[in-house]
Amino acid sequence: MIIAIIRPNRLPAVKDALNEGGFSGITVMAVKGRGSQKGIVERYRGSEYKIDLLDKVEIKVVIDDEDLDKVIKIISDAARTSELGDGKIFVLNVEQAIRIRTSETGVAALEKK
Amino acid sequence: MDHNYQNLKTAIDTAWILIMGLLVFFMNSGFAMLETGFCRTKNAVSMLSKNLIVFFISTFAFWFLGFTLMFSGDCIIPDLKNLFLSGVKSAYFPLGNFGIPLQAIFFFQIVFAGTTATIVSGAVAERIKFTSFLIFTFFFSCFIYPVVGHWVIGKGFLYQMGVRDFAGSLMVHTVGGMAALAGVIILGPRVGKYNKDFSPNAILGHSIPMITLGGFILWLGWFGFNLGCTFGFSSELNSHIALCTNASAIMGGLGALFLSYVFLKKPDLSMVINGLLGGLVASTASCAYVSLVSANIIGFIAGCLVVISILIMDSVFHIDDPVGAISVHGIGGIWGAIALGLFSAPVQFNYPNISYPKPGLFFSGSTDQLVLQLIGVGCVISWTLIISAVVWLILKYTIGIRVSHKAEVDGLDIAEHGMEAYPGFSGGGEGVI
Repeated sequence: MIIAIIRPNRLPAVKDALNEGGFSGITVMAVKGRGSQKGIVERYRGSEYKIDLLDKVEIKVVIDDEDLDKVIKIISDAARTSELGDGKIFVLNVEQAIRIRTSETGVAALEKK
Repeated sequence: MDHNYQNLKTAIDTAWILIMGLLVFFMNSGFAMLETGFCRTKNAVSMLSKNLIVFFISTFAFWFLGFTLMFSGDCIIPDLKNLFLSGVKSAYFPLGNFGIPLQAIFFFQIVFAGTTATIVSGAVAERIKFTSFLIFTFFFSCFIYPVVGHWVIGKGFLYQMGVRDFAGSLMVHTVGGMAALAGVIILGPRVGKYNKDFSPNAILGHSIPMITLGGFILWLGWFGFNLGCTFGFSSELNSHIALCTNASAIMGGLGALFLSYVFLKKPDLSMVINGLLGGLVASTASCAYVSLVSANIIGFIAGCLVVISILIMDSVFHIDDPVGAISVHGIGGIWGAIALGLFSAPVQFNYPNISYPKPGLFFSGSTDQLVLQLIGVGCVISWTLIISAVVWLILKYTIGIRVSHKAEVDGLDIAEHGMEAYPGFSGGGEGVI
């Protein structure tokens, strides 16, 4: 599984790039987080407050081992702006994958052209 | 011919005051939107309930006793057979002079009383106990507000001295603001509002669109507020009042915008809306008595005062007022009453239903009217603060006026109403207390 935390406004580009690459299966969550990107200071009726956790988007894609480097490159290229806060990609092992409709398991359960 | 003219005039006058009363009634929705936008999602049902139900309570209390107290002449104990609007028009001194039916006058006064009572709900929001608030409102509309109303427009002692307040800067807004101030001091600030060193934390309102919609609705309703106080229709005077009302509104907004840039570096929309409302509050005292230019100046100063007041109350006095009600209505109302003593112009439209103040300081060089206005302000503030404080304290030490700590943290919607305003959306997020 690839877990990628990216800027929300890069999501359309990342989705399209993955789709064109043949990887249409994707799970997306709205999350908050921070890395080295500093928060921002806002004001409300005279009092300042710090927004420390910033809105990000978390993408999960489960792929075949042989596609790993390809998918990492697709996501990175689409998500990169070269500014602080572009995000992170983490790689996890998946024990098993099952397609609910047909009960296929393993690589046959994944979406791939 | 004269008879027909009189019937037609009475018909127009009555229609006018009823329609203006409908606009004032609609201000309740403006208050509801404004105040709910300023509170957090977890308290939205509570805020809406207070704004709605306060109108029920104030209407009933005012019908029961308030109207009779307000218009019963100088007697300390009003004639009990005039309760529940059961007297004839002439029994309600001095309304016998007006050509329109008693019911029309009463309708207009009902919606005025409702507006006054609902001012308090914004300041005590997010921690007041619902039942205590309703009980306070009942006494407020039965007694605290009508006594001031009697002094100011019921031909009571302030009126007889020469104090003037055309549409209620003193009677409605200062009273509402001071009752709110007494409540907020006795109630205490919201959990998490002030740190140990008393520095304030921002507790964000959950909907700027609601605040803005509320501001617009109140602005529209305010035309009814000011224009209905002629208790009849005069083409020239009412047109003039409409212009002055609007001028004070826009200049109030501009004044707040200006100071928002100066003090806060960026225009805070909620402050601008508070400023426009402050301008409207200030206009209510004198819109029939001042020139259009004066109305602009009064509004601009009101907008500036509102911003300064909100910032000072929060950071210097540590008084937690989530919506700025005390600043908008209290400070705005006091300024409106004083501004009358400065800007009141020589009589321009001689309309029989209203009684004019003396020309103000800037038009006559005399401080007579200004001194009268200051006396009026002093009396109204003292009465309202003291009696309100007594009622709040009695409630506090009997049934309590504040919800439990757990209820406040969980949110009043769940704790007091057993329902959510936005089911399925948890209100959490960083910085939400």
